[in-house]
Amino acid sequence: MSDQKQSNNPPKQFDDDSVGFVESRRVQLFNREEPLELECGATLNEVTVEYETYGALNQNRDNGVLVCHALSGDAHAAGWLSAEDKKPGWWDNMIGPGKALDTEKYFVICSNILGGCKGTTGPSSINPETEKPYGMDFPVITIHDMVVCQEKLIQQLGIEKLLAVVGGSMGGMQTLEWAVSFPHRVRAVIPVATTYRTSPQSIAFDEVGRQAIFNDPNWNGGDYYGQQPPERGLAIARMVGHITYLSDQSMHEKFGRNLRLREEYGYDFGQEFQVESYLHHQGTSFTKRFDANTYLYITKAMDYFDLTIGFPSLKESMRRADCKFLLIAFSSDWLFPPYQMKKMANALRYNGIDVTYVEIESDYGHDAFLLEAEKMTRMLSAFLGYLYSEPDGGNHQATI
Amino acid sequence: MNPQIPVSESASERRTDYRIILDMLPPQCRVLDLGCGTGGLLTLLRDKKQARGYGIELSSQHIIECVGKGLSVFHGDIDEGLRDFEDQSFDYVIVNQTLSATHRPELVLDEVLRVGRIGIVSFANFAYWRLRFRLLFSGRMPVTESMPYEWFDTPNIHLFSIRDFRIFCRRHEARVIRSCYFNNLEGGKVSEGGTLANWSAAYALFALQKAY
Repeated sequence: MSDQKQSNNPPKQFDDDSVGFVESRRVQLFNREEPLELECGATLNEVTVEYETYGALNQNRDNGVLVCHALSGDAHAAGWLSAEDKKPGWWDNMIGPGKALDTEKYFVICSNILGGCKGTTGPSSINPETEKPYGMDFPVITIHDMVVCQEKLIQQLGIEKLLAVVGGSMGGMQTLEWAVSFPHRVRAVIPVATTYRTSPQSIAFDEVGRQAIFNDPNWNGGDYYGQQPPERGLAIARMVGHITYLSDQSMHEKFGRNLRLREEYGYDFGQEFQVESYLHHQGTSFTKRFDANTYLYITKAMDYFDLTIGFPSLKESMRRADCKFLLIAFSSDWLFPPYQMKKMANALRYNGIDVTYVEIESDYGHDAFLLEAEKMTRMLSAFLGYLYSEPDGGNHQATI
Repeated sequence: MNPQIPVSESASERRTDYRIILDMLPPQCRVLDLGCGTGGLLTLLRDKKQARGYGIELSSQHIIECVGKGLSVFHGDIDEGLRDFEDQSFDYVIVNQTLSATHRPELVLDEVLRVGRIGIVSFANFAYWRLRFRLLFSGRMPVTESMPYEWFDTPNIHLFSIRDFRIFCRRHEARVIRSCYFNNLEGGKVSEGGTLANWSAAYALFALQKAY
């Protein structure tokens, strides 16, 4: 099952804790005979999922760890796809031999989410009915739908029960969805910098991003494939997003009021503050690798996310869970503030579920979940280490 | 954190206070350990009594150690109270060698008795004769086995005696259902009752209930 095979590219020098060359794979998980039924009521007759794996599945098939990516992530979580790559996978500092998700011990899986634009079926994929890209004909998807796809992938990989599901931000929402939708398929979940219910503040920022895309003339009702894509709209959406990923403190430290390329104010509207050029750079580079329609669908999925729907309270809702939880929040994260994670931790504890809640001190804001690798590594290594050494008790609910 | 005494992990089974608590608790009870440190007591209670335990701990370094033992811990400051915890939601709430390090011991005791059916509080007795003698003869803040810190680096900001604690309990409508006294944190004898305890005991452990 290992994906650590050499590619055809010339050898590259890897660190000892790198997974080295990896390859992405694609698998069709749903078809006309067995379509994917979505929460909105629509069905998808063809769903392909792109995924990568690192490490090897053990004999008992009980060392699987699923990594769920955030909004802009993809299946390429660790290692190098080719010798020409400038950067390794998006969570390479956490996945590898001896790292937090130790590939010597665990079989790590990461797949691109449903609705994505990195190999998994999404609005830019070809609609089998029309043989053209879906665009806005793609049905509205939810976090639950994404997790249903992941569960199917896990089945295909021959894993009955995952050791853990881990993810930050929107990936964290997926981990929570796993815990309540497939409680018997996972021994532990590790939601990081996330929430059980997207707040009106987060929905507000998402809507500004979507409006920027809608109002780009190139968007053309979502029908822009093969033409000029709505890059300006998507770039603005990403700029707004990046503001929410930072913190007051981290902006002070990173940019201050520093000017770029200028010594004095120009008294014009060129990009002169460093923070401006940072946001523009982030916005522009994002358009090179991301599809605007996917941005619309994924932010909508996040906005709909609310684990309390259909339940009188969060406590009642979390009763569905039957696994261990390690909740990690970051002190300066104002997009998914620690108090929301804490509330969830309390709802789990109320149900007698094994839950640890920790708030890591950090100035990085929401981005901390990608940057505080050292603190996260110590926490995750300790948690997974014990979990893996302990026989699966199955029942993590109190017997009281 | 158990600020009064730094203790190595291997010693945890020999710890006198742990042993008393272990004997006191029935199997499979729900336990909340305030200031659980690296989780020595909770581990013992889980392994020997199949207790359903949670800890509250301020130090993230200690939480990592707890997590590595498979324990469930909440990152938090017990000086802020237990507002997320429902009334009488635990069989036992334990404050082991921690009360003297809290800023608001009154709030902590009230919360212990609100959240727990029974509260267990253990502490070092400042009226222990050795401490009295040190103060009397050297004229300096005592530094002993039970009070191992200098005045300027001690985490213990609210020092008190057994008699102080009994008065404190009365004021907070806490009924003492059991009291144990001992002189060594590891090994040694444990006595119950005894009128001279405030003079002769280095440590005390009280089990308390809300008096109605």
